[in-house]
Amino acid sequence: MTALVIRGGHLIDPAAGVDGLKEILLKDGRVVEIAAPGKLKQANGAEVLDASGLTVAPGLIDIHVHLREPGQGYKETIASGTAAAAAGGFTAVAAMPNTVPVNDSPEITRWMLAPERGAGIRVFPIAAATRGSKGEAINDYAALKSAGAVAVTDDGNPILKDNIMRETLAAAARVGLSVIQHAEDTRLTQGASMNLGPMSFKLGLRGMPPEAESGMVERDIRLVTELRDARVHLHVAHTSTAAALGAVRQARRNGLRVTCEVAPHHFLMTEEHVGFYNTHCKMNPPLRSAADRDAMIEAILDGVVDAIATDHAPHAVHEKEVEFENAPNGITGLETALGLSLRWLHKEWKMPLGRVLSLLSAQPAALLNLKGRGTLTIGSFADVVVFDPKAEWIYRARETKSKSRNTPFDGWAMQGRVRWTISEGRVAYRSEG
Amino acid sequence: MISHAAPTRRTLHPPPVDASPFPYHPGSLLSASDLSLEEVSHLLARATALENQDPLVRDRILAKRRVALLFYESSTRTRTSFELAAKGLGADTTLVSSLSSSIEKGESLKDTGLTLRALGAETIILRHNSSGAPWLLEAETRLPVLNAGDGMHEHPTQALLDLRTILAHLRPGVEIVDSETLAGVTVTIVGDILHSRVARSNMLLLPRLGARVLLCGPKELLPELAAKAGPGIAIERDFDASLRQSQAVMMLRIQAERLAGLQLDLEQYKAAFQLSGPRLAAHAPTALVLHPGPIIRGLEITAGVADGPQSGILEQVKNGVAIRMAVVERALTATGTGGRA
Repeated sequence: MTALVIRGGHLIDPAAGVDGLKEILLKDGRVVEIAAPGKLKQANGAEVLDASGLTVAPGLIDIHVHLREPGQGYKETIASGTAAAAAGGFTAVAAMPNTVPVNDSPEITRWMLAPERGAGIRVFPIAAATRGSKGEAINDYAALKSAGAVAVTDDGNPILKDNIMRETLAAAARVGLSVIQHAEDTRLTQGASMNLGPMSFKLGLRGMPPEAESGMVERDIRLVTELRDARVHLHVAHTSTAAALGAVRQARRNGLRVTCEVAPHHFLMTEEHVGFYNTHCKMNPPLRSAADRDAMIEAILDGVVDAIATDHAPHAVHEKEVEFENAPNGITGLETALGLSLRWLHKEWKMPLGRVLSLLSAQPAALLNLKGRGTLTIGSFADVVVFDPKAEWIYRARETKSKSRNTPFDGWAMQGRVRWTISEGRVAYRSEG
Repeated sequence: MISHAAPTRRTLHPPPVDASPFPYHPGSLLSASDLSLEEVSHLLARATALENQDPLVRDRILAKRRVALLFYESSTRTRTSFELAAKGLGADTTLVSSLSSSIEKGESLKDTGLTLRALGAETIILRHNSSGAPWLLEAETRLPVLNAGDGMHEHPTQALLDLRTILAHLRPGVEIVDSETLAGVTVTIVGDILHSRVARSNMLLLPRLGARVLLCGPKELLPELAAKAGPGIAIERDFDASLRQSQAVMMLRIQAERLAGLQLDLEQYKAAFQLSGPRLAAHAPTALVLHPGPIIRGLEITAGVADGPQSGILEQVKNGVAIRMAVVERALTATGTGGRA
């Protein structure tokens, strides 16, 4: 494999405490040398990327994406989804198991990881917690882990039964896997298609009460408490309510290993954005109240939130051009996460750049124990994003690399433009022009 | 609910919400809030003028223009009155209903709308079981779309005909309305507010004319957050107390088809919320009684009240034709650049 030098850039590696002008040498898929400008010793013959004026950082990691394969290649494929990810600066994504069929077996996990899928960056499958994600029978976590699964979840079909969730948490802990819960008490959300509140009443839509999320988080935390096993790791997916965040905050104070992620749409948008039935603002969990949205921002700035994850959920155009209550949940997000995070968290709300990048790389890597990723220390994987931190641009959904363009962020201003995304030493994306 | 939220320490300036692009067509009537009070006044005046016009002259106004009625739900009053209104102005009408069309075969609302447009429809009158369907249809066809009731959301022509009925009784002769026209008037809406598009459209329209809207019903059918739907709206769960304050009372049917598993004790409901002769005589002996229909005699209203001297129910039906003539005329003659009123 050819060697690559990234020269002239400003390296920010939050996990390693690096923040300065550095040159970096990548070889055989790994970081080989880091040095002050002009001081690399082993760079002879290496291809050079000129990153003058640009920021060099660990490749971004999204621990919550839906790549739709196997089974729904018309929405997305592993190849198209990872192409969109690379365009967004991501070098690793964790793929949710709600495929067709559900990824509840080592065979499907290995199928997703096969080179024939054409992944442009690293894919980490997350396996189903229960058979068919039906919440009844626990899968063989040891076998799934050895096939390559990095966590288990029944995302979209939350585990309602206490005994099954308790068993899931205990069994996953024994093999060192995290349990990710889409926290929704589906008994309270039947037929609902947006947040419950004055807006849902006005629009004549059935609403999902915030308690459907926070109640489930509180139940899960109670189960973690009762298990008294330090290996248990509960990760709350796409947190959207102030009450659920409060529960996570309290669990942490009590010394439990409970973590959470927040999606860009939940720290930027509210139920008001639904407007008159914009199906690109329909997702689950739904856009919440302004108070909930503000709580997401505060919790990110406070450090309670462990990761930004997109919940990238592609759907075909015709599936979203229907009556609001009949439209599927979800929006795409891989190409807009960095631009929105920099535009709002960094520029508007003054979060230091290193902390924003950490939420998009080092911290998600630590959550799922992705060794050698999320940092650029010597010996780490050569997963790098190089971007222009000052560039302001407008996102155009029609230019997406995804097969789908169901995003509410079409036409939104972005900050920070990706120039190169390097996955294990190979250029997975380079911006045109 | 106990709030776990950390106290907000800074002023956040989050992304704004874009102004709505709806309605795209100036002739559309999607929501009662689409209309300025000037437009409401104009529609009321046109309703009267059209009603009084010689039918043989009136039918030249929209001679041979094409009006499609697209109905995904059953309807007697709304469908017939829209059809008679369009025909009264000389338009050709065609009815597409979900049970005798390609909708049964799975054709989408978008494709059905584009098909009607290709067939020459110049406006589509839509009744749909999903809230928001008229917005989708308008965005996809860019035709003037008239909302004839969407799910649990709105029924703007019903609000207009209710207004015409209320004005005839409480402000006879008034057609030019403003924000004071119904000052001092309380209208109580009673019953299944949660599932009612009639209630939502009236809640949007009546307070803008100065009326106070009281909502009355059990918690299952009237959630507390209904009071936050707009200004001038309050909840009074004691039916007798609300009647004593009301100059008009609008009874609603319990929408069994939308209850979604909700269990109601009908005997209890009747005891608390049925409008009976003695109750009306005791608490609101001069109030105007309205009902958008269909009425279920003996449930929300007794036969004696429905047929009694205070009932404006059939007058509402009659006003439906006049109002819908004005609304259909507006759909096919409106000019302008669109945008919200």
